[in-house]
Amino acid sequence: MNFTLKVWRQRDAKSKGHFETYQVKDISEGTSFLEMMDILNEQLIGEKIDPVSFDAGCHGKQSGPVSFDHDCREGICGACSLYINGRAHGPESGVTTCQLYMRKFKDGSTITIEPWRSRGFPVIKDLVVDRGAYDKILQAGGFISVNTGGVPDANAIPIPKKDADESMDAAACVGCGACAATCKNGSAMLFVAARVSSLALLPQGKVEGARRAKAMVAKMDELGFGACTNTRACEMECPKHITVSHIARLNREFLKAKFKD
Amino acid sequence: MTELISKVPEGPLELKWSKHKADIKVVSPANKRKMEIIVIGTGLGGASAAASLGELGYNVKVFCISDSPRRAHSIAAQGGINAAKNYQNDNDSVYRLFYDTIKGGDYRSREANVYRLAEVSNNIIDQCVAQGVPFARDYGGLLDNRSFGGAQVSRTFYARGQTGQQLLLGAYAALNRAVANGKVKSYPRHEMLDLVIINGEAKGIIARNLTNGKIERFGAHAVVLASGGYGNTYFLSTNAMNSNGSAAWQCYKKGAFFANPCFAQIHPTCIPIHGDQQSKLTLMSESLRNDGRIWVPKKLEDAKKLQEGKIKGSQIPEEDRDYYLERRYPAFGNLVPRDVASRAAKERCDAGYGVNNTGKAVFLDFQDAFKRLGREVVDARYGNLFDMYKEITDVDPHDEPMMIYPAIHYTMGGLWVDYNLMTTIPGLYAIGEANFSDHGGNRLGASALMQGLADGYFILPYTIGDYLASKFKEPKTDTNAPEFEAAEKAVQAKIDKLMNIKGKKTVDAFHKELGHIMWEYVGMARNEAGLKKAIELIQALKKEFWENVYVAGETGVFNQELEKALRVADFLEIGELMARDALDRNESCGGHFREEMQTEEGETKRDDENYMYVAAWEYKGDNVKPELHKEPLKFEFAHVATRNYKD
Repeated sequence: MNFTLKVWRQRDAKSKGHFETYQVKDISEGTSFLEMMDILNEQLIGEKIDPVSFDAGCHGKQSGPVSFDHDCREGICGACSLYINGRAHGPESGVTTCQLYMRKFKDGSTITIEPWRSRGFPVIKDLVVDRGAYDKILQAGGFISVNTGGVPDANAIPIPKKDADESMDAAACVGCGACAATCKNGSAMLFVAARVSSLALLPQGKVEGARRAKAMVAKMDELGFGACTNTRACEMECPKHITVSHIARLNREFLKAKFKD
Repeated sequence: MTELISKVPEGPLELKWSKHKADIKVVSPANKRKMEIIVIGTGLGGASAAASLGELGYNVKVFCISDSPRRAHSIAAQGGINAAKNYQNDNDSVYRLFYDTIKGGDYRSREANVYRLAEVSNNIIDQCVAQGVPFARDYGGLLDNRSFGGAQVSRTFYARGQTGQQLLLGAYAALNRAVANGKVKSYPRHEMLDLVIINGEAKGIIARNLTNGKIERFGAHAVVLASGGYGNTYFLSTNAMNSNGSAAWQCYKKGAFFANPCFAQIHPTCIPIHGDQQSKLTLMSESLRNDGRIWVPKKLEDAKKLQEGKIKGSQIPEEDRDYYLERRYPAFGNLVPRDVASRAAKERCDAGYGVNNTGKAVFLDFQDAFKRLGREVVDARYGNLFDMYKEITDVDPHDEPMMIYPAIHYTMGGLWVDYNLMTTIPGLYAIGEANFSDHGGNRLGASALMQGLADGYFILPYTIGDYLASKFKEPKTDTNAPEFEAAEKAVQAKIDKLMNIKGKKTVDAFHKELGHIMWEYVGMARNEAGLKKAIELIQALKKEFWENVYVAGETGVFNQELEKALRVADFLEIGELMARDALDRNESCGGHFREEMQTEEGETKRDDENYMYVAAWEYKGDNVKPELHKEPLKFEFAHVATRNYKD
């Protein structure tokens, strides 16, 4: 398969970015999207080494390999983060970019590749963004306050299977940032809700549920993420199918906290 | 010559750890506040250690190469975590978990360390539940278990197919809490490039800030290495793309002994290789072997048709299928340990019975499970894994059997540590996959998570106190010391050298070539001639690398090519040491299979008389043969026997 790629290039956080156009050829259908990016990069490096025999069709302002975040390449670490043809993690539902395969694209088509577009995630280079804000939100309260040791036996408190399962649904969040990147308000509500809801469903997490919700929402606001207006775009693009029902639970926890004040 | 003193306490096995804890020193809270500890890595070992040390009152600096501690590769562990809770009433016990682990490791691990691991396993489950890890539960609300390879009891706790993720999010949450409390400072996108030693003790690191390319110095009273394994030496593995052995390798070059480097685990259930452009291999959880049955055709002509794509697996009638694991190992069947299952798959494929176009794949079939349990029950257990398989291969495991083949997955070898988890460099500790101590020649499934958390939550926080108790009078480490200056200069010189080669081959091209050599000669089956050839080939490739690599981009900026180049430079050296160690160990044990040493049935043949030792290698200089030190392994409590999974 052959593709024309329009890729966002940006030297660093301060520079202005722009699109460059590249051609990739003879890509097999079983190649993953990021392997296709690897091939592009080998081509772009090859062009630097020997401009005559390699020609990636890049004669623009910024050549050299394209930077992008990736690691596990099996959809669990949450490192990969591309906007592909205008959609977070590409056209498929329920997968991260690394789980996307070239057979899902039409041979000969043009693919546009951009970094996450969100105020909360400034660009570091090319397609790499800074998602440190998500760590900061979790540091504000996304935990249960227990020290190592001195905890009860694991079976001391039975937890209904339904609650444990629902908690697990929310805990499947990989922290990739697709929700905030997709939201027209740049809201990180689904990310915050996933953590709050996962813990609120468990007896261990209920103890400080209200405090947690309040602290995390406050931190999200402070870091420049927008408000939720229930467009549900986040739910559509979440690679882990986390639903907005968790946002409803977050709102309940948040209200509880307000009443307590 | 440094003598290897394991510091294993005297006394009965079950009392060793309690006695040791009573004997070692502790640091008072007032003094903990004055002390600094550096932790490298934020997987299960690193995150749990950093959080626990912070809670104790130490000042911790924790480093990871990813943009967030949560992305460490522990996150990708699917199946589960072992513990000797005996919740299933199937006669499990600390002793049984200990014994299974020793036996699974083919009697090449340290007895006292393994017993301690089994002993603290139960605390881990309690800790994780208290942190809000949503383990699978039964309708009564209590925890559920399943079985893993090498065990005849159900002791594996799990959270769907994402156990590693949930345990890591638990440890990461504890870490976040410690950060919020000001006891831990987190340095994401930072890569350790050297260890700084002052007066023979580990006192700090040189790290590259990956965001801006700056070289930075960090000092401490002790350094804890939790940087994982070196499986990516093979290029293709189930490890994440950025997983690497470089942090451990710098410690080796600064004097820490590297133990049993040749012990690499090959996991039997990975998705087969599809082509040259592949970047990594995807694991299908071992838990699938609970209900999936592994087979190849009985007839060569059927295999041939499968290889040519003329028929599909589902078209082969039951009587023409060879369930070779059930045939060869009736007692354990499809749940034999990983090394045994991997070799059995290779044996069938080498004999021509492979089932895909490359001839390097076997079937993992769920049709019987669907009939026995119903599709819904099976999907509830493995649904996400089936989806994952379908996404990658475009084949639905409900219609056609899955295809699997072994791939490099984990490295049992690592930095040599004593019972306190301290390396041969005072003040430098190694935990989790980065050390060598608990898994011997082969790690059992669901035991990596157990070890990472055991080391980080319950062992290191105690043992490090014994060392730090004598250090509290020492002031904070001064990063202006000449040792820091020299280390930083050396790092900068290495980077400049790499950047200035401007050769004709890309970093990836070298890495792939190394991977081919490793898989061919230092892979699932090894022999003397092949290993000698591997050493020559790797040395030549290393030479070429330093003359002909092209590293794109600039130094003082974000540069992923430079990151890769630094790691590949080390993989080239790690690969050579692995081959050297494999050559020295002229016996077969666990995942290390020397073709010269096998039984008539093709099983591993150990040589306890000559090789019952830990091989600990000491660095002697660039391109100089390293020196081998031996720590004899004594089994006072476990009965040493030939591993038998047949009856």
